[in-house]
Amino acid sequence: MGSYVLKRLLSVVLVIFIVSTATFVLMHAIPGGPFKREKALPPAIQRNIEERYKLNDPLWKQYVDYIGNLFRGDLGPSYKYLGRSVNDIIREGFPISAQLGLASVAFALLLGIPCGIISALKQNRWQDNIIMAVAIIGVSVPSFVMATLLMYVFAVKLRWLPAAMWGTPKHIVLPVLALAGFPTAFFARLMRSSTLDVLSQDYIRTARSKGLSWAAVVYKHVIKNAILPVVTYLGPLVAGIVTGSFVVENIFAIPGLGRYYVTSIYNRDYTTIMGVTIFYSALLVLLNFAVDIAYGWIDPRIKLTDAKE
Amino acid sequence: MEYNVEMFKPIQKDIKSAEAIVRPSVTYWQDAWRRLKQNRGAMIGLWTIVAIIAIAIFGPMVSPYSYSDQNLEEQNQFCSSKHWLGTDDLGRDLLTRIMYGARISLTVGFLASLINLTVGVIYGGISGFYGGTTDNIMMRIVEVLNAIPMLLYVILLMVILEPGLQNILIALGLVYWLGMARIVRGQVLSLKEQDFVLAARTIGASNWQIITKHLIPNAMGPIIVTATLNIPSAIFTEAFLSFIGLGVNAPMASWGVLASDALQSFRSYPWQLFFPAIAISITMFAFNFLGDGLRDALDPKQRK
Repeated sequence: MGSYVLKRLLSVVLVIFIVSTATFVLMHAIPGGPFKREKALPPAIQRNIEERYKLNDPLWKQYVDYIGNLFRGDLGPSYKYLGRSVNDIIREGFPISAQLGLASVAFALLLGIPCGIISALKQNRWQDNIIMAVAIIGVSVPSFVMATLLMYVFAVKLRWLPAAMWGTPKHIVLPVLALAGFPTAFFARLMRSSTLDVLSQDYIRTARSKGLSWAAVVYKHVIKNAILPVVTYLGPLVAGIVTGSFVVENIFAIPGLGRYYVTSIYNRDYTTIMGVTIFYSALLVLLNFAVDIAYGWIDPRIKLTDAKE
Repeated sequence: MEYNVEMFKPIQKDIKSAEAIVRPSVTYWQDAWRRLKQNRGAMIGLWTIVAIIAIAIFGPMVSPYSYSDQNLEEQNQFCSSKHWLGTDDLGRDLLTRIMYGARISLTVGFLASLINLTVGVIYGGISGFYGGTTDNIMMRIVEVLNAIPMLLYVILLMVILEPGLQNILIALGLVYWLGMARIVRGQVLSLKEQDFVLAARTIGASNWQIITKHLIPNAMGPIIVTATLNIPSAIFTEAFLSFIGLGVNAPMASWGVLASDALQSFRSYPWQLFFPAIAISITMFAFNFLGDGLRDALDPKQRK
């Protein structure tokens, strides 16, 4: 187990390194460089800017500097916000995005899983049909559609909740609903199929025949086993919530990292795009790693070794 | 009543008629089609897709307006007999723009899925067939790529490539073939050990013939299911990219661009957002229903 964790950790480092290198190469493949405008700058200013951001160094030196800075956790200055570094932007925006994201994950798990279980226990009855019909709407409606619909109904028409900005608990409700729509529906579907799978297993019949009540069987045997596949989807789930936050934060004018990211795309603020991409990639890669390790710990049937075939 | 031997006489055993096949044999594809037809959701999805494709092809031809015709006297109108779904901020007919957007969104969906299919099948096929070191190296590459959150890199590619239909296809094609490659590899890996492959080899079939004539046709079920489910995710990704300003160029408009444009004046003219949003959602619905149905029909092992 120890050697497996070490191996996986090495591959995580490798992936982050590849990701940083790829990002660097992509960003330097842009024709004309980041400071080309329609209007030519006076040559002296152009030189000064290039001096300031060290764009005159040979490419290999820029790369070595860049990787060295990354190693120390420094993502460099922003090209567009004067005097601010990408680190500042992340420090400011990420806590807000993280709150929003965690609330959405919690919502998706707390609603999606019970719905999936109910659906499976009442297979092909009206409860199942309703839940699955709502779930297929949930996986088919993109988050920006969901966000604007919610905003229109609850903020513009009914005026129950604020339409934008951030600060009070009321502000978090609509963005969370918009972000959590897809994962909730997805978890409900996943949980339903895995519960049905567990229900047909022999050990469930054994548990029933030894006289356990149905409630005890469901609680002690069915749910505990059926919930395992959900754990593996936590990684992709968070990835989806991160990208979903790009649009949802924009629609609800939430000053989170997703909003900065999209703004930096509009402004072509290359260092910020690069820095935030690496930050999110590293976050998600580490999260996947954590999920893998946790999975082996939760489900002892899975051996954390390299025996693949 | 008494029973005696005379009352019984032996029936002539008619082996031939017992062995005769009464019904016509059903091929895999006929069987799959039969199963698909029984699935009401999948059939609704299928016919909705056919209808959307027909609208995308013929709608703009029939419409009296063009997607780029501006009429500043008719800005931001609500639905009327003249403009069925109203007009946008430049007085362009929204229905025409949505029908035209369907062309772009569907093109993106189908072509991106086709690119992924081609790349994935070739990559997975080679990896699974040759096995050993080749497979190991190729799958390690997939593993590393799979660990990377791809949508972020699609965004990055779009920033570099500059928005446009062709570049969206390149970006989507480059990154979304991984799932397909894994599925094809798994299928090929198990199929290549079967006896019919050995039989083909003994009569002298080349590797290429075995891959294209025997392995891939037998793996077609899961391939089709994956390709079908890739279409809505490509449409969704395109809409998402357009929404954050990395979509096709004006005055062309995909559904994502229409939704994104409408967001600015959303409080005053909500229908400008709702119609493209409904179009996206219906299409996603249809493809998801059809994909689920196809999975049940083509891949009976997976059925729950």
